[in-house]
This record gives sequence, C-alpha cells and structure tokens, in this order.
Amino acid sequence: MEWIQQLVNGISLGSIYALIALGYTMVYGIIKLINFAHGDVFMIGSFIGFYAIAKWELGFFPALLLAMVICAIFGVLIERIAYKRLRNATRIAALITAIGVSLLIEYTTIFFRGAQPAAYPEVFKNKSFDIFGVQISSTSILILSVAVVLMILLQFIVHKTKIGKAMRAVSHDADAARLMGINVDNTISATFAIGSALAGAAGVIFGVYYTKIDPLMGVIPGVKAFIAAVLGGIGIIPGAMVGGMLLGVVESLVSALGFSLWRDAAAFVILILILIFRPSGIFGKNAREKV
Amino acid sequence: MKKSKVFWGYAVLALVIYAVVQLLITTEVIDMYYKNMLITMCINIMLAVSLHIVIGVTGQFSIGHAGFLAVGAYVSAIITTKLMLPFPLAILLGAVAAAIAGLIVGIPTLRLKGDYLAIATLGFAEIIRIIFLNTDYVGGAAGMQVKYLSNWTYAFFGVVLTILVISNFTNSRHGRACISIREDEIAADAMGINTTYYKVVAFAIGSFFAGLAGAIFAHNFYIIQPTTFGFLKSFDILIYVVLGGLGSLSGSVIAAIFLTFVSTYLANFPETRMIIYSLVLIIVMLYRPTGLMGTKEITDLFKFGKKGGTK
Repeated sequence: MEWIQQLVNGISLGSIYALIALGYTMVYGIIKLINFAHGDVFMIGSFIGFYAIAKWELGFFPALLLAMVICAIFGVLIERIAYKRLRNATRIAALITAIGVSLLIEYTTIFFRGAQPAAYPEVFKNKSFDIFGVQISSTSILILSVAVVLMILLQFIVHKTKIGKAMRAVSHDADAARLMGINVDNTISATFAIGSALAGAAGVIFGVYYTKIDPLMGVIPGVKAFIAAVLGGIGIIPGAMVGGMLLGVVESLVSALGFSLWRDAAAFVILILILIFRPSGIFGKNAREKV
Repeated sequence: MKKSKVFWGYAVLALVIYAVVQLLITTEVIDMYYKNMLITMCINIMLAVSLHIVIGVTGQFSIGHAGFLAVGAYVSAIITTKLMLPFPLAILLGAVAAAIAGLIVGIPTLRLKGDYLAIATLGFAEIIRIIFLNTDYVGGAAGMQVKYLSNWTYAFFGVVLTILVISNFTNSRHGRACISIREDEIAADAMGINTTYYKVVAFAIGSFFAGLAGAIFAHNFYIIQPTTFGFLKSFDILIYVVLGGLGSLSGSVIAAIFLTFVSTYLANFPETRMIIYSLVLIIVMLYRPTGLMGTKEITDLFKFGKKGGTK
C-alpha cells in the first residue's frame, strides 16, 4: 500500500512539474528558446498567491486567478523587453540572456524582500480520505484537479481557438505563418502569456502543497520541468504532461526506496539518458537535419 | 624565428610580473587581503581560459564548468589531506581526474548541440555535485577540511601554463579545426575534420585546466563544500567568457580580472553583485552579442604596420 501512497504523491508532484513544463515546451516549440526565467515566473506566481491569501485575505481560487493574470503579464513583459530583440540572434546569445533574466528576477526578489522563506497560509482544512487503505489528502486531490482542468483548458485553447491555431502555425513555420497574415509577434506574446499563467498557477498550488516558499524555489522545479519537457518531447504539449507526471512518479519512487538525497540526481540521469538515446523525447519524431 | 622572439618576450614579461608581485608579498606591501584577491584572480583567469577553449574556440556551449572545478578540488584535497602526498602531485592528479571526468561527460554529450548540450552539461555538473554531497568520505554536505597550501607561485604559474597551452593549442592545426567547428560544424565535417574527436579533445583540455584551478582553489581556503560548486559558480565562469568576448582569450582574461575586482568590492552585497552581473549579461547580449572583444585578441592591437604581411 505504501507504494500506491508514493505513486499518489508522485502524481501530485508530477502535475506541478507538468504545469511548468507546458510553458517551457510551448515557448520552445514556438521560438526555440529555453526560457530559463520560466522557473522564476513560477516563483513570482507563488509569491503573488502568498500575498493574495495571507495579506489581502483572498480565497484560494481568486488568488490562483490573480497569480495567473499577473504572471501572464509578467511573462509578456519579459518576452517584449528581453527576448524580442533576440529573435534572429544566435542560440547561445538567447540562452545566455535567458539565464541572465532568470538570475535578475531571483536576485531582485531577494534584494527587495530578503532570502528568508515564507510559510504559506493554510487555505483548506487538510482532510485525508482513506481509499482501500491508501491515505489521500484533500490537497493532493485539489492539486491534481486544478492541474487537469488547466491542461484541458490548454488543449481547448490550442486546438479549438483562433489563437491556438495561430500558435500551431507559427511553431510549424514562422515565416509561412507571417505570409498567411498571422501576427507572429502577438502570437509569440500570447504563448508567453499562456505559459506564464500556467507557471503562476503551478506556483500557487506548489505553495499550498509544500507550505514553504522562497525566492530561489524556482530553480530546481524549473530545471526539472525542463527535464520533463525534454522527456516528453520538447515542443509537444501532451509530451510535457506525460513527462511531468513520469518524472514526479520516478522521484517519489526514488525517495521511497530510501535514496531521497539522490532524488535530484535521478532527474538529471533521466535527462542525460533521454538526451543520449532518444533526444526527441517519448512523443517526438526524429527530424532530419538539413544543410 | 619571429614567433620565438614574441614568445620569449612574453615569458620575460610574465617572470617580471611574478617577481614583482612576489617581492611585494614578501615585503608585505601587499597584505593578506590583497594577496588572497590576487590568488582568486589567478584561479578565475584559469577558469575563464579553460572555459574559453570550450565555448569560445570550439563553440560548444557548456554551463557545467563548476563540475570539473569540483572534481579537481575534491581529488586534490583527498590526495593532500587523506593520502598525505605533496601538493604539486595533488594539483597534477586533480587536473588529470577532471580531464577524465571531462572525457566521461564529453563523449556522450558532445553529440548534442546547442541548448541540449548546455542542459546536459548542467545536468552532469549537478550530478557530480550531488555525488560529492552524498559521499561521507569527503564530508558530505558539511564539507571537507583542507590544508592551506596555495600561494602566489602556484597560482601564477598555473595561469601561465593554462594560457600557454591553450593559446598554443588554438594556434595549432588542432585549434584551427576547433575554430572551424565553431564557425560551421556541418562544413567542418564535410572538409574531413573529425568533429567529435576535436570537440572531445577541447572539452578534456578545458576540464583539465578547470581541475588545475580547482586544486589551487581547494587549497586556498580551509574548507570546501559541495554548495560552492553549484550552478552559480558555473554562471560566474560563463560570464567571464561571455563578457570578454566569445572567442577571445585575452578578452576572457581581462573580464576575469575586472570581475574579480568587482566581486571583491561587492563581497558584502551578494544580491547587488548578482543583479549587476545579470544585468551586464543581458545588456551585453542585447547590444553586443559577441562580447566586448569579439574574437579579437588584445595583442592584435599592437600589430601596426603589418597590413597584408604574412602572419
């Protein structure tokens, strides 16, 4: 039974990774940039949720919405200020800028509020359900349901709406999309907005689940979410969801086996194995390189 | 003939700098604080130059350089404190161990390109760090006690050796092969250059000197801890190379010297330092993506009246 317990924990953790990974994968799919600052948008979302609940006494759902909206704006600002000029720059220049933006957000936050962690207020009475001997807390059900609802919403946006169609077109071929009259800049901004909103939501539910947040909390989940995106096949939305869940479950199992200190190493080992043996990820197709 | 003259000129210059600083240290004109800063500067120069050969010369984007620094630091520390062997041997073995780690990391990962390579090197560096973190033999998270053995002589000659080997490598046939990989890997492949071989060689040389720097780094403080070798350390090294100019050895040296001064004076304000660093990084990338020096060397500035002449 303990195994099933760990599986449940893993899925809760994995759904957080999956939400962050979605932003990575969408941005990568559309402008081929690893947005290192994405983990920090997640952190900002978490703090907005914290202030909304603890200071302004909002409920969980208004706080979630607020965090998503502010993170969406924040993501678009990052894109407009830092990344937009780099569309035609080398990949290395873009990557270095992304690392720079990430560190700038982290240390500006530390500069203004200090590096000390904050304790997330309790928003729900934590009840545990006993299902066939497995203890499932109400928070993990909440996390999972919020994540699933957001993912369904994302699938709807990407596949059924006009902006989603534009996003798919731009990620397929930006130049051709521009010729078809799609406003590429706005589409890219919309991608950033949606991805950042998901990261903001992930930040709030991370805070509710783990109850401790700090300005550098985004680094490790950010990198792990990127691993999840690579695992599922970067640029592929269902891949990010599956990759995130898988990574969460693997990490929980590694902890359950008594190697909790090696948990982070496990994620990186997965990354390196997948990069070496199947760089296009689980769902990816092999793309031939053309000269 | 001409080349050897230039070489001896630099050798004499290096010896003069060494002798003058050594004299100032012995006569205590330079106190402990500045002596430490000079040694840190030498370590940073070594790190910058060793990453320069990977990023600047070969064009392979590695953001896990601190991992090799950690290997050099820990291996050399084990040799001096646990095995009680002399320090020069520890430096050598630390560097060799880092080079071997570089080979182990490089052979599988250098097949990857661009962003994927960056993430894979980051991952390997984290794995190396986590291995040290979980090994009780080297003290785990608490860190490892190390003897204070580094001095100006070791640090300075480490720098001289690093610059000498890497600049000679860059100007050799192998170096030109590496540069061609940076410019266009597919074209280099088509010209019959064994790109994988040269990428791995450059990576191993870079790791070797990072390990050398690590050995001196470990013995410059009384303790080494796994947290020292995290991503931020890799980032520190990266910024020297990026700011100095991707492809300019002297640029990375100058950036390392300059940023060591900056970070020494901002040591009490770590957040401000990181904000400045990251802003510098973003602004340099937005307005001058090749770095301050581009691929030029400082020595190019002194070559007047040689237009069209043979090099």
